[in-house]
Amino acid sequence: MKFGVVVSEGPYTHQAADTAYHFVVAALAAGHEVPRVFFYHDGVNVGTRLSVPPQDERNIQEQWSALAREHGIDLVICIAAAQRRGMLDEKEAERQGKDADNIAEGFRISGLGQLIEMGIQTDRLVMFGD
Amino acid sequence: MSTLHTVNKSPFATGSLRSCLAHARSGDAVLMIEDGVYGATAGTGLSDEIAAAARGGGIGIYVLGPDMAARGLDAGRVLDGVITVDYAGFVDLAAKHDRAVAWL
Repeated sequence: MKFGVVVSEGPYTHQAADTAYHFVVAALAAGHEVPRVFFYHDGVNVGTRLSVPPQDERNIQEQWSALAREHGIDLVICIAAAQRRGMLDEKEAERQGKDADNIAEGFRISGLGQLIEMGIQTDRLVMFGD
Repeated sequence: MSTLHTVNKSPFATGSLRSCLAHARSGDAVLMIEDGVYGATAGTGLSDEIAAAARGGGIGIYVLGPDMAARGLDAGRVLDGVITVDYAGFVDLAAKHDRAVAWL
């Protein structure tokens, strides 16, 4: 079965990004497919490569990047939510005249169309938020 | 069409568990996750109400075990009729029901 996953809460807030991660790991272990995870609202902050959590603590962004690398998951960050929160890829930083970008490996910025497409192309949509 | 409902806030903080139980239909499942697991503990002011929901109405009531453990709530404190699952069980519930609704 194909699962689509939405994360709408920021990292290190309550637990949504962690619960979603464990859900995806378990779904893949059970032989299901998770083609895409959509990061929405404050959830977009998961995708910054500039976070530096304490070394003895989980690094939520790195966990997601590694999972995407190993399983080919498309990690999509909502562009409208991203722009409000200072999340920029190289192209957007240039377009907006900003001096830096911060998107982590495996994440990409795109639009709500990707959420709709995920809803159409997967069997179940599971939301994790606040 | 059956639904998996997930509730991630304590019933002592928000009304989402109560609303969810009132909306769930026979054949549905309600899974308490994150702070929602407080709803699955015995000996609270809401225990009778939640246990009653677990007994009647054909609704399956579940709790995510790892989130109980993370809060120091041992398995012995789970209400009668509430089934403890792990993340694999969460995935199974999402697959088994036609849709998943998060009570955010």
